[in-house]
Amino acid sequence: MNTRQQSKLIYSWYGKPLGSDRKLRTSQYKGILITSESSKTETCIQLGDFILVEGMNADQPYVAQLVDLYEDGAQHKRAVVHWFCRLEEIPQNKRKMLKREISAQEVFFDQVLGYDTDIAAETIIKSIMVIPLHLGEELPVITLNKEQTFYVKQSWDGKCFKVLSPDTFSKLKEANKTRGVVTNSSKASIPSDIFTPEKKETESVVRSATKPKKIDMGIESKHSSSKSSLSKERHSQRVANNDIKTPTARKKLELNSPTKSKGRLLGYEVLGLLDEDCDAIAPSEPSATKRKVKFTNDILGSPPKIRCSNDKSKSTSQSAEHHRRFSDTMRLSPYTKVKDFDDKDKNIQEKDDIPSLGGYQSSQSPVMTPRSRRTCVQKTSALIAEQISMLDQEDFLSDSDSSYSSSSEEEDDDDDDDVPCTPEKKTKSSRIFSTPKSSRKSAVHTPAKTQRKTPLKGTPRTPRNATPEIPRRIQVAQEPTSVLEEARLRLHVSAIPESLPCREEEFQDIYNFVESKLIDGTGGCMYISGVPGTGKTATVHEVIRCLEQAAENDEVPPFQFVEINGMKLTDPHQAYVQILEFLTGQKVTATHAAVLLAKLFSTPGPKRKTTVLIVDELDLLWTRKQNVMYNLFDWPTQRHSKLIILAIANTMDLPERIMMNRVASRLGLTRMSFQPYTYKQLQQIVSSRLKGVKAFEEDAVQLVSRKVAALSGDARRCLDICRRATEICEFARQKRAPEIVRMAHITEAIDEMFSSPYVNAIRNASLHEQIFLKAILAEFRRAGVEEATVQQIYHHHVALCRMEGLQSPTVSETMAICSRLGACRLLLVEASNKYLHMRVRLNLSQDDVMYALKEE
Amino acid sequence: VQKILRERFCHNCTAGKLFGMEQQYRHLLELLRRTTVHGESNSALVIGPRGSGKSTLLNHVLKDLREMEQVRENLLENPFLSGLLQTNDKVALKEITRQLQLENVVGDKVFGSFAENLAFLLEALRKGNRTSSCPILFVLDEFDLFVHHKNQTLLYNLFDISQSAQTPVTVIGLTCRQDILELLEKRVKSRFSHRQIYLMNSFDFKQYIKIFKKQLSLPAEFPDEPFAQKWNNNVQLLAEDKAVQDVLQQLFQHSKDLRSLQLLLMLAGSAVTVHHPLLTAADLQEASRQHSTDSKANIVHGLSVLEVCLIIAMKHLNEVYDGEPFNFQMVYNEFQKFIQRKAHSMYNFEKPVVMKAFEHLLQLELVQPLERPWARAQREFLLLRLLLDSRQIMEALQLYPNCPTDVKQWAASSLSWL
Repeated sequence: MNTRQQSKLIYSWYGKPLGSDRKLRTSQYKGILITSESSKTETCIQLGDFILVEGMNADQPYVAQLVDLYEDGAQHKRAVVHWFCRLEEIPQNKRKMLKREISAQEVFFDQVLGYDTDIAAETIIKSIMVIPLHLGEELPVITLNKEQTFYVKQSWDGKCFKVLSPDTFSKLKEANKTRGVVTNSSKASIPSDIFTPEKKETESVVRSATKPKKIDMGIESKHSSSKSSLSKERHSQRVANNDIKTPTARKKLELNSPTKSKGRLLGYEVLGLLDEDCDAIAPSEPSATKRKVKFTNDILGSPPKIRCSNDKSKSTSQSAEHHRRFSDTMRLSPYTKVKDFDDKDKNIQEKDDIPSLGGYQSSQSPVMTPRSRRTCVQKTSALIAEQISMLDQEDFLSDSDSSYSSSSEEEDDDDDDDVPCTPEKKTKSSRIFSTPKSSRKSAVHTPAKTQRKTPLKGTPRTPRNATPEIPRRIQVAQEPTSVLEEARLRLHVSAIPESLPCREEEFQDIYNFVESKLIDGTGGCMYISGVPGTGKTATVHEVIRCLEQAAENDEVPPFQFVEINGMKLTDPHQAYVQILEFLTGQKVTATHAAVLLAKLFSTPGPKRKTTVLIVDELDLLWTRKQNVMYNLFDWPTQRHSKLIILAIANTMDLPERIMMNRVASRLGLTRMSFQPYTYKQLQQIVSSRLKGVKAFEEDAVQLVSRKVAALSGDARRCLDICRRATEICEFARQKRAPEIVRMAHITEAIDEMFSSPYVNAIRNASLHEQIFLKAILAEFRRAGVEEATVQQIYHHHVALCRMEGLQSPTVSETMAICSRLGACRLLLVEASNKYLHMRVRLNLSQDDVMYALKEE
Repeated sequence: VQKILRERFCHNCTAGKLFGMEQQYRHLLELLRRTTVHGESNSALVIGPRGSGKSTLLNHVLKDLREMEQVRENLLENPFLSGLLQTNDKVALKEITRQLQLENVVGDKVFGSFAENLAFLLEALRKGNRTSSCPILFVLDEFDLFVHHKNQTLLYNLFDISQSAQTPVTVIGLTCRQDILELLEKRVKSRFSHRQIYLMNSFDFKQYIKIFKKQLSLPAEFPDEPFAQKWNNNVQLLAEDKAVQDVLQQLFQHSKDLRSLQLLLMLAGSAVTVHHPLLTAADLQEASRQHSTDSKANIVHGLSVLEVCLIIAMKHLNEVYDGEPFNFQMVYNEFQKFIQRKAHSMYNFEKPVVMKAFEHLLQLELVQPLERPWARAQREFLLLRLLLDSRQIMEALQLYPNCPTDVKQWAASSLSWL
């Protein structure tokens, strides 16, 4: 396994150059040969073929048609392609325009301009099939090589979907035909010593016995499946080249991929992987056959799970999608029960074909709640009749493969309430389905494996599957009733105003910066500084919001937005993990994430969108070697990165102060600093928030603004004071008629927030505590040093007590007093093990103490 | 009776009403009510010296809050963290997730790395919004200890949530440090709403007496009614008694802390038996005496004459050299001088014996070595310091049983005998 992993793929031209351009020093070719050294496979891809191109995510290669192949002056092999786009690549909000369900296999003829069509030939993974269909047509059910076959029905030009024009349709069709010939010819060159095709072959033999019609399909799938493993191999090999050779990482990648490849290959691949793990190719055969036997058993026993009756809504679907889900629920439901159910099923069968069909149908709507799925099954039943004709007998294998999951699913559907899972868990699963979440995807691993491993009843769910959510409240939150409450709600820092007053200039600057970079498709950094509470983060978010709006209206190219906050990371290196999770949804370790990100940003991704990354609290990403910051700022300078970084921090001179030269130089000179708000600006902020609510006197607002501006210019503080003032006002109001916040209330609130607690604390201290403080002052005066030991103070204390005619305290009591004052931090004291020789210092000025004591 | 009182004093129960903190109480209650009813996020600090009733106040507010109808239905959860238990953010996070019963809790434990947990919790809190999620109340006891956590990550995140449109949370910190705000990092401080509720034991002596009465009197539902009446009358009389008032006055002058009052009453209350059913003024006086005795001077009473002599020698040395440290040899010389000139009753001990006595003093921590690594220097020449004040020594000597008169004279006559 390992040796094969590391084998190189060699790309060489097929045939002689067709023609060459002297000026550009390019020469064109009609095909490319991909040779894998160790497995001795050789594939030829010709012009017009459909190919998979490496994308951001190993599991989601791009689909394209090869238009041209050439070698440029620097001897780099280049390819010109025409893109197709998957559903996932279309923005969420545009998907609605389709108004129909899209299968995972459906792609769109891409007419969006602006994607780079010139790619490196090395990124080509393999050839595939893309079959053009008319809009009304149903997808032919070809279950075996789902992953390698795509369908085109419509084209997508960035704004709307269109039906394929007849000539593109015919072109595609033609391309497909020629391609069929090529694959057949290249098939001969595949030696059969790879185990995957071998297994396939045995299967297809079985199948061909039953239905000769499908035989060439089978062969084709064999061909492509061998390649699918090839592609995975290659991906991991790349990773390995980037020097992570940890087998675990690789394994993880591979384990992940089958879950995402929706389709029948799943079982086999997993099996294959398991075998590979064992590092024994020989045993793979027996186990494959064993598995096979199981299937045949199942074929005899179980396939049917649909009743044609009305409760069809309950029966369902063994789509890969569900398969995945059930691997989850299976952990809860007992294995044995499933078995029982199989037996029961034997009796009900008859209608063999429909179930898998229905299942397939629903697999086309990957994002669907179970409830809606049920209704949709009814819809599909209408389509079933049509499909039956195409279906022939529907290969048994698809049934058998999913028999586990399907029966278990029925089980689950039928006894939804009996299954020993708490209601909370159930709601959870439905929630998951309604919201497609990337983290979820990575959480689920090889279903087949877990199925077998955790058949126990009520196994506690692994924490990784948990959804982070706070329980919902039972009662709805009350809406504000009075003017003051309304005002308070608006004054809360969290309330997002429609626009940010007083930051128009900064907003425009940042907006222009990001917009220009977006349009150019280049990368860049910007450093934003300012004291806390001056609206840095708010402004940047506002910019992003505006840009997203603009992107929706196609004024700027679409982009991805990622945000990390230094304070919300436990360790600077976690930044990589979070960024990667945002971008691709993978969850890996920090070092691995760094490598993946570096690869992502340094290689030319043909269809990758620009990424806008906000790094909040930048100074916390500081490490001793500063490699996190270095990497972050290095990526945008790479040619293909398409990364825009907005770094936010408090200090203006952060780059000079803590960054090494090489980091600071990469950060560039685009800086912006947010000045603290002036009192006029603060006033404007408050009044803009209060627009339409008459709760504050004009003067009162001005007073707050002036006070805060003089102290810090922190808008948060300003809003907090106003909020507190409304509360005070409300207290006062209870006695009299409703009123608005006046100066007096504001003054009270300000006093409350800014008054020094010390004087008050001293005045309320007990008598001996006060005497002790006096003794400290006396001692300081005597010694002339602002530090004294308890022993010295004690002498003074006793003397003072004698003057006042009080009983003098014992040493223990004095120590207790001292430690009490120390706990309040009126005094600074040493560690208490020195007892009498403990040194004491005042934590406030002597004048304050005198003032506080004199008032008595 | 004893049981009731003991429960009251030991368990720090909330039986008593709140004294002199009605305003703070109203403020806090209003704050929490708004969080639960309106879903408004807030943060506040309750600051007051030890024993000023911070936790009592909070518990009262929470109890009353639960009795409100709207609130109870809203299912208020409150993770309670103490800075003494959750010593770092990692532990604190796990504890929060556990107490919130989020979905990654398996049994009673939380798995996963620190980073995962943080991301999970933040994600959980981010998902909510003002109107639909149920409000959460975070109580951070010993708030000052959370400040010392690395980067103040936990505080930043909690305050950040309370200042943004996420799940409504209220963060309440309890601390006794007056300078707490200066300890917060600037960006954390900016996110804190600066609501500070100060508790200062601001009552005077009359209220103190009232509290004393309230603490002692028996409740109406006491089974033996006549006895309860008798007891309560007695308490009333006690409160008016001059001797008792003196005792209380003295305590009051020392500290206004209610816990010290409870301690005093506990000591007095333990004297109550079947034969001695009512509390008397003498009991209180006795308790007060116990309460205020000097611990170090107590130790001196248990020393041998030789050891007392050594302490006196040290005292003289302290006077001669004005508090400079001394070593064993100096003390021994001083002691020798005393033996040779004045002592009539004292036997001239040999040096090893004196050394032994000296080491005993060291163990009792009546003397303390000046520097740590004392294996190096010879024991005789190790620099030491006396941890007793001369006044303490004199007082202790007065009480010392069977003290030889010449020793007493020696102690009193500091330099004159030379």
